[in-house]
Amino acid sequence: MVNYSDIDLWEKVRRNKLAYKYILPAAIVMAIVTAYPIIYEIWMAFTNFTIVNLKNPYPAFVGLKNFIDIFKNNVPLENFNFWRTLGFNLIWTFTNVFFHVLIGLSLAVALNTPKLAMKKVYRSLLIIPWAVPSYISALIWKNMFDTQFGAVNLLLAKLGLPHNIAWLTNPNAPIKFLSILPYAFYADLITNVWLGFPFMMVVALGALQSVPKELYEAARIDGATERQQFFSITLPLIRFAMTPAIMLGLIWTFNQFNVIYLVSGGGPLGETEILVTQAYKLVNPAGLFGVASAFGLIVFLILLFITLVTNRISKATESAV
Amino acid sequence: MKEEAKIRIKHLLLHLYIIFWIAVAIFPLLWIISMALDPRNISKPTTLTLIPPGASLAAFKRVLLHPYEGANVSFARLLWNSVLVAGGTALFSVAIGSTAAYAFSRFKFPGRQAGMLSFLVVLMLPATATLAPLFVILTVLHIRNSLFGLVFAYTSSTLPFAIWNLKGYFDTVPKELEEAALVDGCDRNSAFFRVILPLSTPALAVTVLFAFMNGWTEWMLAWTFLTKPKSFTLAMTLYNMVGQWNTPWSNFAAFSILVSLPIIIIWFLLQKYIVSGLTLGAVKG
Repeated sequence: MVNYSDIDLWEKVRRNKLAYKYILPAAIVMAIVTAYPIIYEIWMAFTNFTIVNLKNPYPAFVGLKNFIDIFKNNVPLENFNFWRTLGFNLIWTFTNVFFHVLIGLSLAVALNTPKLAMKKVYRSLLIIPWAVPSYISALIWKNMFDTQFGAVNLLLAKLGLPHNIAWLTNPNAPIKFLSILPYAFYADLITNVWLGFPFMMVVALGALQSVPKELYEAARIDGATERQQFFSITLPLIRFAMTPAIMLGLIWTFNQFNVIYLVSGGGPLGETEILVTQAYKLVNPAGLFGVASAFGLIVFLILLFITLVTNRISKATESAV
Repeated sequence: MKEEAKIRIKHLLLHLYIIFWIAVAIFPLLWIISMALDPRNISKPTTLTLIPPGASLAAFKRVLLHPYEGANVSFARLLWNSVLVAGGTALFSVAIGSTAAYAFSRFKFPGRQAGMLSFLVVLMLPATATLAPLFVILTVLHIRNSLFGLVFAYTSSTLPFAIWNLKGYFDTVPKELEEAALVDGCDRNSAFFRVILPLSTPALAVTVLFAFMNGWTEWMLAWTFLTKPKSFTLAMTLYNMVGQWNTPWSNFAAFSILVSLPIIIIWFLLQKYIVSGLTLGAVKG
């Protein structure tokens, strides 16, 4: 029996020979630098690979032990707690993106006001945090959160506010009913909100400028107040442009290694650890390559899930236009 | 008349709101400039003044002469290593990424969807998630402790990015241009190399610069892989300063200005491409 779909496929491959030739160099490199490490990682995840195996790469097969150890927090690394880290990672992501959108959108609306002076200058100054390499910003903020001589505490003192705050070392929570969030969380949050609001502002500004002016005129003629105009014209129209940016922001923040690792270092007592910083520590300093591989695969699956969900949400909002 | 006064008050409030956020945005930078100019190289600054008493460029001189505490390596060497790694990664990724991007843009071949999706997944994958296998593989191959190994590691993220970015640009180049070239007797290869690539010079340059900025600012993999001072990079040097017990903050401030200034300048020049590139990639996802 002839399978016509097979013939079609073969025919298609034959006709596109040139396309495959064009992709070949990149495909070979990707196979070496990405596909092979991922396959190797899957193998390592089921072994007890540690530092000694770097000289002798024949570790023992241990089945699902690494995964079970991770889920049971049975890993020989100080303050390791997978579930707390995962939960904190989600809280961290949503609070950050909430503030990014709130500040970014409000500034975009302000900058989009007709006849406001100095708009161009303001815009250039406001995007500065985005232009500075993030690891340098993170190191600067770490210095500014120093207890005795940091700029943040000095500023609080000048304003006559409480100022002997041990931002990075006090394991207690400043807000009682949010007991799992220590001072270091707020230090990380301030740093990352500072880093991230310009991106949302620029995207929102672009979206606002594409809203047809006639809509506002029509609304004014119908007697709509500014607030009504914002909620029934501006917001629905820029939502579609903002959705992909918000999705991107969620994934960036979820994986924000530089801020967490350099500002709070995951401390105190591992309370501000996120998945990617924990994955790093399993390799350096711990050297638990087998556990780190299993952990990397878990992070990979979580991200794949988030990507598929966010992609679906983006598509859904696109088709709703 | 009453309407005008209302608008004036509204504008005044908006100015105040915007200026507040500008103050927040530039505060850390003023702080770092103030520390860089401080002549005392104190471990911790003690006051909030933009131009400290006796301001001088001594800190800049110190870090240019002795950049790396505890290792004998010159600024020129660090600079050369950073340029080599960042530039090498960028040029290599764009060279092999451009043909692949063209294929993804112009051909509807079996496996295209899967290929695009896998690039997207790889782009989302954080570096630390595959750190363990990379460390082991590069160690076993005896290239972990070298700049070559670092280029190898960086390529896994810059190559899919280059393909993704260039594909977005090729999509906007009209197909009629190649069709005209094909009618004139060009084959597909020369249509690509003689017509499409020269037209895409700005996009190629932007992609090279993006990838360059990526390699220039990366410190985590470099810090984990490299142990010989003669292959250290600028980004590692900066991290090393803070890792010490007593951070020399004036030196750190001066050095961070030297390292980030080129990036900030490139960034402002490329601004409009950065925004459109990011949103284009995201919308098309």
